[in-house]
Amino acid sequence: MATLTAPRIVLSRTDYADSHTLTRYLATGGYDGLRKALTMFPEAVASEVDQASLLGRGGAGFPAGRKWSMLRKAPISYLVVNGDESEPATFKDHLLLERDPNQLVEGVIIAAYALQVSSVYIFVRGEFALGLERVQQAVNDAYEIGALGSKIFGSDFSIDVVVHPGAGAYICGEETALIEALEGKRGFPRIKPPFFPAVAGLYGEPTVVNNVETMSNLPWIINNGGAAFAALGGGRSTGTRLFALAGRVNNPGVFEIEMVKNTFRDLIYDPQLGGGVIDDKKIKAIIPGGVSAPWFGPDLLDLPLGQDEVAEKGSMLGSGSIVVMDETTCVVRAAWRITKFFARESCGQCTPCREGSGWIERAMYRVEHGGGRMEDIDLLLDLCDNIAPGLTWPPQQTTICVLGPSIPSSVHSAIQMFRDDFVEHVTKGGCPHD
Amino acid sequence: MSHFRIDIRQRAEEVLALYPRPRSAMLPLLHLAQEQDGYVSDEGIAEVAELTLTTPADVRGTALFYDMFHLEPVGRYVVGICTNIACLLAGGDELLEHASTSLGCPVGATSSDGLFTLEETECLAGCDVAPCVQVNHRYVRTTTADAFDAVVAELRAGTLEHDVPQHGTLIRVRRAMGLRAARADVASERSAASAAREARTPKETK
Repeated sequence: MATLTAPRIVLSRTDYADSHTLTRYLATGGYDGLRKALTMFPEAVASEVDQASLLGRGGAGFPAGRKWSMLRKAPISYLVVNGDESEPATFKDHLLLERDPNQLVEGVIIAAYALQVSSVYIFVRGEFALGLERVQQAVNDAYEIGALGSKIFGSDFSIDVVVHPGAGAYICGEETALIEALEGKRGFPRIKPPFFPAVAGLYGEPTVVNNVETMSNLPWIINNGGAAFAALGGGRSTGTRLFALAGRVNNPGVFEIEMVKNTFRDLIYDPQLGGGVIDDKKIKAIIPGGVSAPWFGPDLLDLPLGQDEVAEKGSMLGSGSIVVMDETTCVVRAAWRITKFFARESCGQCTPCREGSGWIERAMYRVEHGGGRMEDIDLLLDLCDNIAPGLTWPPQQTTICVLGPSIPSSVHSAIQMFRDDFVEHVTKGGCPHD
Repeated sequence: MSHFRIDIRQRAEEVLALYPRPRSAMLPLLHLAQEQDGYVSDEGIAEVAELTLTTPADVRGTALFYDMFHLEPVGRYVVGICTNIACLLAGGDELLEHASTSLGCPVGATSSDGLFTLEETECLAGCDVAPCVQVNHRYVRTTTADAFDAVVAELRAGTLEHDVPQHGTLIRVRRAMGLRAARADVASERSAASAAREARTPKETK
């Protein structure tokens, strides 16, 4: 049974139909966190976040407090919020943008105050038309009540927030690509080092990039204290976290649950959460953290939902999206579709990614659709190895950004776990599920 | 002569004022160009180039990188159906096939009446209502063939105009004000904050 005793931190309002309005927000404690933060020194605000040991919720899981502390020594110029959620099967930031945009804006202002930044850009994925409208409305409202603009809430702090629409490119979720897009260019990730935009970000100036969910946690952390947040969860994975559950489950959706205290099995089977697999079928495999993550078999369902716990087993919790594939699923087709996605979204800067993704996609296509050859299976592994040498986890990198080494995950997992399915496809000359 | 209508041109100038460098307004301005013409036209490109102090080639090259910008005319309604992993497991391919028959156009093409353009999209982050369908980037929450046809009938009849504005219209909530924190204020605040921070930080003892 799942442990569901933790408070809802970021989804506390989403049961209300009008959760996105300022009226509802103010009636449910909205902007209390910011008012409290403004009575504290900026360092004290930052140290609450440090104490909460809030891990970034974007995918890499870098501690938000540490990201900030790299900057506290020198004045920083820009705060950029990453709302370009595009990892397949991830739909948690989408929910926060549409259903609680005021909470995001308050979190953003708190972060900006802690960092003493006055220029903020909230980058929202272009396909989220409603999300864009709601965040813009929340920003308008915040100016209206004096939470944004000159000398906010009578303090000495002034701040402007601009909502910036994306235009449809997965790669812009990568923070340096997002900065390029914000500069009005193609979303090409920048060469590292410098590894962090903290050194050279927007217009070459020190910049912090944080995820929407990370920001949305801040009002609660300031209201209740970093220690209260850190008391939830376990190990390095503190607090609650949004898990987006999709695929062959009865009740797909976004669930906020305490980290580590629950397992994949709890999330998938608890009647208050996933509600079990459709038609009570057996689970064949799960993707534990977005399609960039290597897959798990049903033997790992009892693994706790924690960052390090999942990493130890050779995958990642990533963006917190979990896809369930059952015995009716064709894993070859699933892996092919994921590769097709990467082939389409590769920005084209680095050869291993640009050429490798297309090559893998074509080989996977012929295995799935007939015309596959037995040697294709090892050819696929060889191609994967060329993009991420050694096929280890975390992967070796041959490309500027992590899109490249994300490509092999699904294909490598599928072949390793279900080689017989590939053999069957080749011998039957097509997909046995068709 | 400006190609943008007066209201679009005014909004474009408001957008430009939000960024320290004009080129940063590239994506929002391309969205505005698409809102006016229904797609990104050559005239729209020229105007965006003028506003961002770049060249038409630069604007075109940037626009082509992004999936949402259509550089050729498209239907009034661009129907996007996701077939990525979560939707694949829920029958996205089958729905896409149905849509193609139902709208009378192949994937990637526009119907002969010019009303619909059908696209296969990547994940639209609506995986709890799969397969996920968007029309002009508005979620229509229809997952079955019958529900899809019902939405299409409504679109044809023009009863969904409010929920689904014509292609290109993205953000209907306008920013209510320009930047409020004066640049000079920001700079002086920032240096005052640095000085204050330094004064509070205990000096390292060697």
